[in-house]
Amino acid sequence: MPEYIWPQAADRRLIGSRVSRLDGPVKATGRARYAYDTNRRGMLWAIMVQSPHAHARITAIDTSEAEATPGVVAVHIIQDVGTEIQWAHDEIVAVAATSEEAARDGAAAVKIDYEVLPHFVTERNLQAAPDAQPAQAETTGDPATAIASAAARSSGTYHAAQIAHCSLESHGQVTEWQDDETLTVWASTQAISGVASQLGEAVGIPASNVHVETQYMGGGFGSKFSADRWGVVGSELARVTGRPIKLMLDRNQEVSVAGARPSTHVEVEAGADGDGNVVAWNSRGWGSGGPAGAGSPPIPYVFEFENQTHAHTSVPTNTGPARAWRAPNHPQACFVTMRALEDLAHEAGMDPLDLFLKNIEKTGARSSTYAEELEKAAALIGWRDRWHPRGEQTGTVRSGLGLALHTWGGRGHRSNCEVLAYRDGLVEARIGSQDLGTGTRTVIAIVLADTFGLALDEVKVTMGRSVLPVSGASGGSTTVGGVSGATRRAALNAVEAVLERIAPRLGTEATNLLLKDGQLHFVDASHPAMSWKQAASLIGVNPVSAMGANPGPGQLTDSGVGGVQMADVSVDMETGVVSINKLVAVQDCGLIIDMKTAESQVYGALIMGVTYALTEERVFDPLTGRMLNADMEFYKLAGIADVGEMVVHMMTGPGYDERGVIGLGEPPVIAPGAAIANAATNAAGVPINEMPMTPERVLAAIEAGGMA
Amino acid sequence: MRRFEYTSPQTADDAVRMLSSEGAAALAGGTDILSLMKDGAAAYSRLVNLKGIRGLGGIRNTDAGMEIGATAKLGDLLEHHGLVTMFPAVAEAAMGVGSRQVLSMRTVGGDLCARPRCWYFRAGFGLVPMHDGESMAKQGDNRYHAIFGNSGAAVFVNPSSLAPPLIALGASATIHGADGPRTIALEDLYRTPASSDESEFTLGFGEIVTHVTIPPPSSQNATYEVRNRKGMDWPLATASVAVSDGAARVVLGHVAPTPWMSAAAGEALAGGLTDASAAAAGDAAVADARALSGNGYKIQLTRVAVKRAALAARGG
Ligand SMILES: Cc1cc2nc3c(=O)[nH]c(=O)nc-3n(C[C@H](O)[C@H](O)[C@H](O)COP(=O)(O)OP(=O)(O)OC[C@H]3O[C@@H](n4cnc5c(N)ncnc54)[C@H](O)[C@@H]3O)c2cc1C
Repeated sequence: MPEYIWPQAADRRLIGSRVSRLDGPVKATGRARYAYDTNRRGMLWAIMVQSPHAHARITAIDTSEAEATPGVVAVHIIQDVGTEIQWAHDEIVAVAATSEEAARDGAAAVKIDYEVLPHFVTERNLQAAPDAQPAQAETTGDPATAIASAAARSSGTYHAAQIAHCSLESHGQVTEWQDDETLTVWASTQAISGVASQLGEAVGIPASNVHVETQYMGGGFGSKFSADRWGVVGSELARVTGRPIKLMLDRNQEVSVAGARPSTHVEVEAGADGDGNVVAWNSRGWGSGGPAGAGSPPIPYVFEFENQTHAHTSVPTNTGPARAWRAPNHPQACFVTMRALEDLAHEAGMDPLDLFLKNIEKTGARSSTYAEELEKAAALIGWRDRWHPRGEQTGTVRSGLGLALHTWGGRGHRSNCEVLAYRDGLVEARIGSQDLGTGTRTVIAIVLADTFGLALDEVKVTMGRSVLPVSGASGGSTTVGGVSGATRRAALNAVEAVLERIAPRLGTEATNLLLKDGQLHFVDASHPAMSWKQAASLIGVNPVSAMGANPGPGQLTDSGVGGVQMADVSVDMETGVVSINKLVAVQDCGLIIDMKTAESQVYGALIMGVTYALTEERVFDPLTGRMLNADMEFYKLAGIADVGEMVVHMMTGPGYDERGVIGLGEPPVIAPGAAIANAATNAAGVPINEMPMTPERVLAAIEAGGMA
Repeated sequence: MRRFEYTSPQTADDAVRMLSSEGAAALAGGTDILSLMKDGAAAYSRLVNLKGIRGLGGIRNTDAGMEIGATAKLGDLLEHHGLVTMFPAVAEAAMGVGSRQVLSMRTVGGDLCARPRCWYFRAGFGLVPMHDGESMAKQGDNRYHAIFGNSGAAVFVNPSSLAPPLIALGASATIHGADGPRTIALEDLYRTPASSDESEFTLGFGEIVTHVTIPPPSSQNATYEVRNRKGMDWPLATASVAVSDGAARVVLGHVAPTPWMSAAAGEALAGGLTDASAAAAGDAAVADARALSGNGYKIQLTRVAVKRAALAARGG
């Protein structure tokens, strides 16, 4: 049996180097085919009719005019008369037609009557919420007493608005029945294997008869795990019409129904002793719960204090269900906690970097990592030279520094991989994973190539199909660990199987053979080394096949990362406009397979962080309950001019590499909002407690803080 | 898709004739009108393309001043050296659009006649949306709505980037109708409708804007726009200042249903552009602003925009 370990630093050729993503060229040239780009012969377009009301009962549906609309082939009622609709834009009827335009005309011709019921969509003020259940507090120690006797105390209420996932490729799929029992789905999904099972159940065929295909995916961020109602509707419409159906959400639907990160509002009191030790934390919070309730952010975040309590209320809102948003609940928890600690440092007359270092032991297992990362980040942003106490700046445009810590698990998920070695020398990995644009395909290729000692163009990755060996959903930052572990084990097994296959043909034992740097070596030096191509030619017509799984023997993946981010921002005191000067992200994630795509992941996360920090929010109309900005015009995503200079530093080497591969997809998106808010607070000299930090809110904070 | 006719006349007279029919609308760059149609906020049975009309584009110097054709692209303005140096107020506003694609398609006429971005209007509730006999926007979320001229039911803001600087510079608009051309002060192109049945423009049936004319140079002019994002984003408030012969004109954008001339701010600057007069003009500009339930911050933004535009006009 091979030894299941990662190669030592000296033996890594591709692992840890900077490899450009393999599918970059096909994406940049537009040749990559996404679910949205899939067109099938005879295909129909489907459009869904949405509820204009946030809370209503359906009293009548008339589809006769829709059915008579030219081009319309089928009309499918999703939610029938009598159903109580709980959020605006919810889907009620689907219309399939020969063109997108005809489907829209058909959808516009559907008549639905409603009994309109009272709605609730604006939960920022908890008192106004109709039936918010008081939360159960989780308490350690005696926070009330500890705060009362603390030498320094801070208090504040911190708000983070509800946001959407706003994937560039909207949700949806093309569905096509091969025969009565076999369904093919080109889906924009983070979970090909899961979607196959879900759809099979929903349409009444064995999961094994559902083939899901996702070669390229245009963003999911946690909102694309499910087959979703539109997946089922598309499959049903394809069945009744006998034709392939394309059902992709439009931008309005994408932003209004296909993903929401709950809002978070938290009142915090914190206390520190005379030395800056944080001794007490007392908070209670609430957030938009949608129809089904949403999770509680882990507050206080990263730190555990001797005396602490937090209670969360999930307020029922007619705003649609929450979906996991990249590191669910962590960005909100980080924002609240780090803002409160910044305020506490201010009250204690301390530099927050000192306060964080002073309390670093309270972060638990990762404390020495955080200490190293704080030092690195501080050097990269020039903290020690440039930090000034809050409110010391003068002038119209003031700059400031802020910092935040974050944590995440990221242990590799369950995954299987088959590696095949062919006699023409090609080595192939087959794995039922999906590449969301994060570089999964590239990572698999690197692990495979490095294990065989081959170049990247000598290996092939076959993925994105549910018929391949099952791999987990791409979520929770579990993919890179899962696919790396499975591929490494399969590849090690395959190397061994190849040697066993060819050894007799070379008149030796497998143990006398060694594959290294693209060559086959004889350990006893009885023969000169031969090229991999020559060696592979001995494999025979049947390729060698070997399986590998994660988890499995040997420690190839681990869980638990910490990261530090620092922000340098400017606040225009007259307009409330916050500008990013520079962001520094220092991140560990164990052994890095591809340095370049790892850094890209962090850059992308920082940009996403700037967006939710400064501009992005779902605006609900108190009057109609509808989302008012379900578009890309007032649902404001940051552009490249908004993000400032970004500096990314990945922690590598001893202490990091030997932990194995750990997930990175989510952690770096957790802290930007907190670091930016702390920097804005430091710059403006007043607490800036609300995300997004729009001019409106920053001006209000400046006025409330008496700095106007 | 609703069917509509498309025509591309060669002359302004033909265009007016083709537009003199119920449900007809002018098509310039199409960046606004096509999205209105796709979103179902407007339905037209005929689109009359203006871009094929010779003489409607281009920038010319005439005795009356600099004449800018209605189908000139915003990108053309930025490439016109004379315009950029003489009228930085206009160039700054054009540049603020922040998108190459929009700059390359969007026309001067389309900018001046673009429809409001009010989210109730765009969602199909009408230009002056009402709910239980009252303005929807007043009862709903009005963070981007008017702080001036909002006592009636119309509280959307005029979206034009170019109208405030052009009006500040004293530009006129030439309009072509069934009776031939007529010329009006550009500010008179705009009106505040009382209901969704009325237009926000004073254009008569079938009329089009053929060009605007900026009278000979005012010595100092500038525009300042406040945005949340640095890239493509709608301004939250803008101010354009132009001073000539001791008289100053200050026009505000994105704060009222029409471009909003502030006589008081103009007076405050009449004695010259100084730090003190700029600040005073900012205060004067907002003295009679009236916030709705959710847009009070725009008063401060307007005050600052006026001050900064005045200082920029002075040269920093
Ligand atoms: C993605 C995007 C982003 C944008 N971002 C910004 C931004 O950041 N800031 C900003 O200020 N604007 C922005 N714009 C909007 C832009 O201002 C308008 O779309 C543009 O001004 C319309 O010009 P057009 O030539 O395309 O006009 P069209 O869409 O062709 O016409 C607009 C209206 O004017 C009428 N019209 C056109 N020409 C004439 C004429 N000569 N006489 C009479 N009526 C006429 C049309 O009938 C129509 O009602 C953006 C647009 C898009 C698509």
